[in-house]
Amino acid sequence: MTRGAGPAETVANDPGASAERLAALWNLLDEVCDPEIPGLSIRDLGVLRDVAADGATVTVTITPTYSGCPAMTFIEMNIRDVLLRAGVKAVDVRTVLAPAWTTDWLTDAGREKLRELGIAPPQGRATGKAALFGADPEVPCPRCGSHDTRPISAFGSTACKALHHCDSCLEPFDYFKCI
Amino acid sequence: MALPFARATANGGAKAMNGDLDPLTEYLLRLGDNSLILGHRVSEWCGHGPVLEEDIALSNIALDLIGQATLWLGHAGTIEGAGRSADDLAYKRDVLDWRNCLLVEQPNGDFAVTIARQFLFDCHHHALLEALTGSLEADVAAIAAKALKEVTYHRRHSGEWLIRLGDGTEESHHRMQTAVDALWGYTHELFEADETDRAVAERGIGVDPAGLKPAWDAAVAPVLGEAGLRRPDDAWSVRGGRQGAHSEHLGYILAEMQFLPRAYPDARW
Repeated sequence: MTRGAGPAETVANDPGASAERLAALWNLLDEVCDPEIPGLSIRDLGVLRDVAADGATVTVTITPTYSGCPAMTFIEMNIRDVLLRAGVKAVDVRTVLAPAWTTDWLTDAGREKLRELGIAPPQGRATGKAALFGADPEVPCPRCGSHDTRPISAFGSTACKALHHCDSCLEPFDYFKCI
Repeated sequence: MALPFARATANGGAKAMNGDLDPLTEYLLRLGDNSLILGHRVSEWCGHGPVLEEDIALSNIALDLIGQATLWLGHAGTIEGAGRSADDLAYKRDVLDWRNCLLVEQPNGDFAVTIARQFLFDCHHHALLEALTGSLEADVAAIAAKALKEVTYHRRHSGEWLIRLGDGTEESHHRMQTAVDALWGYTHELFEADETDRAVAERGIGVDPAGLKPAWDAAVAPVLGEAGLRRPDDAWSVRGGRQGAHSEHLGYILAEMQFLPRAYPDARW
């Protein structure tokens, strides 16, 4: 990682939690990606819940996507790594469970990145229980855009994804399921 | 009817082992132990699933359950206040100190048995977690709300399989009915309240398990019906796991699960 002295100095040494410093910290943390979906940052995912700065200490609050998400330890390590490299003296990473993570927190940029990676973003809102109890949502193919797709399995390559198949371009694809 | 699995043995010593824990710690152990033991059982399918997609699905479900267990047991250790971590509770307790229900420790059997066990437990798990989201203890409510989202997918998955196999071929129907019959007697325990349940329910932290029965029946009955499966008679039942009296199977699970940390104490990787 190459980083100019300017922004790092600002992030590390500004004693107050000015809006500029916090914005710089959020931008820095946008470099921390989900190790299972490279390119998608914890900010895009909504895993990054809060950033606070109190003097030399930066407190980062994150929330797991799934209870058994094996990426959380890795994400925490990467948060420390990015901040310490930027000159932050002390990093406190806190994990909170409530409110429970939902795919509704995926940013628009995150949804677009998923599509570019060949992963269909969640359809509809998780807060509507239809996504969980009712019929499967119609998921457009992230490759060809066809709506002629069907689910293969509600459980895919990682906890947060389901397996679907496109009957138009005949490719299987991952779907980031609503939760 | 013939029982393919060993019955739990009555164990007079179990109560004494359990006497010193406060009701909330005890209650949290029950929640965590159910998830961990079922998660471990389901993980035994990893690499042995009937098709690749199902292998992946079962591994995902196991991962969810083990993740939930980490949260429940971590909280149990905090409430107990004796410095025990989730790992300490998972790896350093012997059979009599485990508080999971008998259903989850039953062997995988054939795929029908695994699905029947999962479905019967998922329906209970879902009703329980839904009720616990209203717990007056913030951490209990938070863990329940998180786990409920995951278990909603588990219940749907096991229910779909139950219908597919029950309403499938003559062979699959026979196996599915046999599995449901064999496990039905382990479900009664899920709805029986004891002093621990009553103590945490009175404080608004836990729920009286008897109150979950209508929701369980309402979830189980239509799926059995659609699967063309007969609801077994309540001819027999066993209980005791939640108080520490387990079937012989739990010891074998612990022997495998705890081997490494017991052979190499405090190993880290």
